[in-house]
Amino acid sequence: MSDPARALSKVLGRGSAHEGAHHWRVQRLTALGLLLLAPWFVISLALLPQLDFATVHVWASSLINAALLSLLVVSLCWHSQLGVQVVIEDYVRGAARGVALVASSFLHVLLAAVSLLAIVRIALGAAH
Amino acid sequence: MARRPLSPHVFIYRFAYTMALSILHRATGLALSLGLLLFSAWLVALATGPACYDAFARFASSWPVKLIIAAGVISFCYHLSNGIRHLFWDLGVGLERAEARRSARIVVVVVVLLSAALLWIFFGQPGQGAAP
Repeated sequence: MSDPARALSKVLGRGSAHEGAHHWRVQRLTALGLLLLAPWFVISLALLPQLDFATVHVWASSLINAALLSLLVVSLCWHSQLGVQVVIEDYVRGAARGVALVASSFLHVLLAAVSLLAIVRIALGAAH
Repeated sequence: MARRPLSPHVFIYRFAYTMALSILHRATGLALSLGLLLFSAWLVALATGPACYDAFARFASSWPVKLIIAAGVISFCYHLSNGIRHLFWDLGVGLERAEARRSARIVVVVVVLLSAALLWIFFGQPGQGAAP
């Protein structure tokens, strides 16, 4: 116990993963968020008279819908990243595991960034 | 690597349908992660303009993609329903075997009804073929 970081983590009770229950907690927290946001998204789309460009664009460009869509994207990508990470850790062995974990992280962040910018673009387009 | 005993010994257990539900949660989660690609593509198409959105709508209403989206809808209903079951377990509720089996049956019934409703809403009506 000469390493102060180790001593600290023992005091903090973070276990062998060194981050305690953070992964577990965020997975549940995003699940709870999605339990509200996913039904909101599905019901909103179902209530639209049509799913053509004009109707959906007007719907998505309102401030509240754009905000909730952003939350949906962040929660989805975060929850998906945590889940895929566990699947990779369970089933992928050797060097491929690290590669898969990094690839999954990058891909999820990329998807989140692209989707969020798309939402911003839709919302700003409506202001012209 | 040393050959160590592996746990859990999945294949020594007598099959119970709760096991199928358990692995399905993972499988549908993974499927929905792939579905995220379609969701993002839909948002990007919506941000790009009418021509791009119409192209995406045509792509989404082709039969192979329709089948993939239908599978995604069912996966969504399952992962959502069974996810609620998991959240209750995290609270320590419903962990007894009989309770877990009952909630499993409830999940199956809810998934069938919910999937049927969503598929009818987004695919069953005329002029609504372009749902993501």
